[in-house]
Amino acid sequence: MTDLFVNEKFIGEVENPTDFVNRTKIERRKNKSLSGFNIMYDEKCDEIKIYTSKGRALRPLIIVENGKSKLTRDHIKKIKEDEIGWKDLEEQSVIEYLDAGEEENAYVALSEEELNEEHTHLEISPMNIFGLCTSLVPYANYDSSSRLNRGSKTQKQSLGLYAANYLLRMDTDVSILHYPQIPIIKTAMHDFSNYDKHPSGQNIVIAVMSYEGYNMQDAVIINKGSVDRGLFRSTYFRPYVVEELRYSGGLVDEICIPNKDAKGYRSENEYKHLEPDGIVYLGASVKEEDVIIGKISPPRFLGELEEFSIAASIKRESSTAIRHGEKGIIDMIVITENEEGNKLIQVRLRDQRIPEIGDKFASRYGQKGVIGAVIRQDDMPFSASGITPDLIFSPHSLPKRMTVSHLIEILGGKVGSLAGKYIDGTTFDVEPEKKLRKELLELGFREDGTETFYNGLTGEQLKAKIFVGNIYYLKLKHMVANKLHTRASGRIQLLTRQPIEGRSKGGGLRLGEMEKDCFVAHGASLLLKERFDSDKTIVHVCENCGLLAIYDKFRSIEYCTKCGNNTTITPIEISYAFKLLLDELKALGMYPRLKLKSKY
Amino acid sequence: MTEDLFESYKNELPAKLISDLKKEISKHKLSSKQIKEIVEKTKKEFEEAKINSGEAIGIITAESFGEPSTQMTLNVFHFAGVAEVNVTLGLPRLIEIFDARKLPSTPSMEIYLKKPYNKDNKKVRKIANQIKETTLKEVVSEFTTNLLKSQVEITFEKEKMRDIGITPKSLITILETSLKGTIVKEKGSTLILKPKTKDYKLNDLYKLKEKAKDVFISGVKKITHVLPVKTDSEYMILCAGSNLKEVLKLDEIDTTRTVTNDLFETQSVLGIEAARQAIITEAQKVIEEQGLNVNIRHIMTVADVMTSRGVIKGITRSGISGEKSSVLARASFETPMKHLVNASLTGEVDYLNSIIENIMLNQPVPIGTGLPDLVAKMKIAKAKK
Repeated sequence: MTDLFVNEKFIGEVENPTDFVNRTKIERRKNKSLSGFNIMYDEKCDEIKIYTSKGRALRPLIIVENGKSKLTRDHIKKIKEDEIGWKDLEEQSVIEYLDAGEEENAYVALSEEELNEEHTHLEISPMNIFGLCTSLVPYANYDSSSRLNRGSKTQKQSLGLYAANYLLRMDTDVSILHYPQIPIIKTAMHDFSNYDKHPSGQNIVIAVMSYEGYNMQDAVIINKGSVDRGLFRSTYFRPYVVEELRYSGGLVDEICIPNKDAKGYRSENEYKHLEPDGIVYLGASVKEEDVIIGKISPPRFLGELEEFSIAASIKRESSTAIRHGEKGIIDMIVITENEEGNKLIQVRLRDQRIPEIGDKFASRYGQKGVIGAVIRQDDMPFSASGITPDLIFSPHSLPKRMTVSHLIEILGGKVGSLAGKYIDGTTFDVEPEKKLRKELLELGFREDGTETFYNGLTGEQLKAKIFVGNIYYLKLKHMVANKLHTRASGRIQLLTRQPIEGRSKGGGLRLGEMEKDCFVAHGASLLLKERFDSDKTIVHVCENCGLLAIYDKFRSIEYCTKCGNNTTITPIEISYAFKLLLDELKALGMYPRLKLKSKY
Repeated sequence: MTEDLFESYKNELPAKLISDLKKEISKHKLSSKQIKEIVEKTKKEFEEAKINSGEAIGIITAESFGEPSTQMTLNVFHFAGVAEVNVTLGLPRLIEIFDARKLPSTPSMEIYLKKPYNKDNKKVRKIANQIKETTLKEVVSEFTTNLLKSQVEITFEKEKMRDIGITPKSLITILETSLKGTIVKEKGSTLILKPKTKDYKLNDLYKLKEKAKDVFISGVKKITHVLPVKTDSEYMILCAGSNLKEVLKLDEIDTTRTVTNDLFETQSVLGIEAARQAIITEAQKVIEEQGLNVNIRHIMTVADVMTSRGVIKGITRSGISGEKSSVLARASFETPMKHLVNASLTGEVDYLNSIIENIMLNQPVPIGTGLPDLVAKMKIAKAKK
């Protein structure tokens, strides 16, 4: 006897499980009113499980009976003539939906040719083995699987039209590509997913060659002429949010231009963009550290109030300024209220991003790279017909990674753009390369896609023929403008006196343990010392007791708290971190004694 | 004439270099002037190949091991021929060597044989079987406790007995010596075990059976697996388990080449110099197996440091790293509190002679450009002050 569960609840027992399951399935296919459940037989546990619950992931498959697909030529003909549709196929039990459980009992064929008696279902298209993003990779059956993974990953990072109502939204860290295009080489998934409504790349002319070493490794060269004409331009948005908080004791924040006597008042110049209500005006061109929302808050601790001061007048300035390293134009201002009823100000910053050295681009096959140089159009290599490529891609990226589809797309894109049509690159069902080559020949080009090129600097003809064509390229969201970071000097930590951490605060670049080892290995002793000078301090040491003495700068006297004035006190230079260590040892009850000796 | 010339360089060039030079020069007809020139040039090259003083060889060695070890594959086991004998390799083994763990996770031996034995497959197989640690249960097909006669009956496999070279008679003597208080009798192809005392319980009989199963009957203890392997010119035996001392006692073994991967065993049997060589070969084996390349001089540096105290010391806080003279250096590497507290209890003095202490104090480190110092005493300057 086999236990029967419906939605994980025990219902009863069944004599012959396989027969029961088969009969149930036949009944479900016959009678439409019974649909909407899935049944599986778990042989190991000897249990039958029926699921009818919401939220199961279902997928459609063509039913196979006695080794024959229920989707006949007749059906296909009718579908083509638009006589029947998906609903009809469902009703006629040509297609049924399986959940994860029932799938365990199914034997699914990938294509009609391989069908045999044992199969229970047929995949609607072999492309179904891929997910949404991977299906968007054209000519995927020409690539290794790891490249497809990377290709679908890079597509997720590409800039495009992420939402049609982007102008009304307050999304963090998003970009819009200015002139997104539909790819010339499409897959079926591009049509299914309405890719033409939200494209995320541009069709560009690419040449596979090297240029002066500026595109070594994975770097690419971009044509300045193309950039000036608007290629891969994007807009970056960032919202700034400020809330008028209420504190205990009836104190509130106030959004306004802070008064000069507010604690922590910045310079007048930094408030110049504010309107009388304390918020920037729309369209203001702001740069880092500019205040965009002025705000004053009550003092942090009420104890801070001194006896004689007028309690309410001492306010703390707590304005919001543009983040370190950012700039842009004020795009939208929203004044509203949040759930607690506090005044809420949202300001959106907009910044145009023109491709520059360091911006990241990728094709759809995991071939990603950053711009190594932006070259003037007149210096770019040009073809016999006068075409300059938008982008130069290094041939060394190809043999090791075996992204054959990258090459086929260049070829196919060339055919597509010349013939004025879209090329189908649906996985397992592509327009064959031979056909593309033939078409290219008919269009008056060399069938292998190569062309005679001339050196853009000297005008000499290049010895090799250059492979050139059109390809769909993506601008990825990683832009240097968001990552570039340098520091000469700046803020330090209170405790250790070492530089603070993080790009947004203008922090230092850490020279870590292993980097230190590198300096030592090179014997660069003094350079190493200089690198670690960030927290050096002069301390005065009592040579009698070996502890730190006191040097009073104003009175210009030095004395030891233990030995008094009658001792030799010597200034030495050590790292502040070591001074801290000495203090901690003292706190532990140890006596770290410094014995001084002249170095020279 | 040339002899005198070489003699005069005795203190300037290593003996190996001189003998090599001699050998090479004797092949050509050269005038004494040319020979002199060659020796001079050799000397110059030799001087240039020397490491400069102040070079940070320790850290360069550490980096030379550290960088390639990041590329090591995580596949820990490597199968030498058959699945029977597998050896820990890769990063775990390297850590094991440098930490000087008392027992390797997979002890193993490479046993080479003397001339007449190492060519014949059958002979090698026989020796291998004799080396392998064999217990009674391995040559016995059936153990039964006969309740009626209250005795243990053992049926043994003759073929396996022959393989390891043991006759039923010798087996009886082995059993009698190792199972004291037991009568052992032979009856046809079975052996009968019976306790000597009359009043024993059934439970004792069961215990006897279990005890008899693990009686060691032949081979070398601890050698759990043997695998005869053919190399280019001869047969040798790979073993899982290691017992160098006992194996070296066997007559057929080539004692000059037989090695174990157990560093401490090598040290106790063959001495500290052998242990140093074992560290070098074992470390190099790991690195080569991974297809990496670390200069042998780096491995030698590590091996020298580990063995220079006369015993093997690992590069751990209980070994070399815990023996640094500087308190601050020790405290900067694992368990700082222990070192600081002990130092304060004994009133230790840190002379700031090494690298880490000086980095902590932000002083120039005494290595490379930080090493040169003023020799002249600035007495005049002091007097003026």
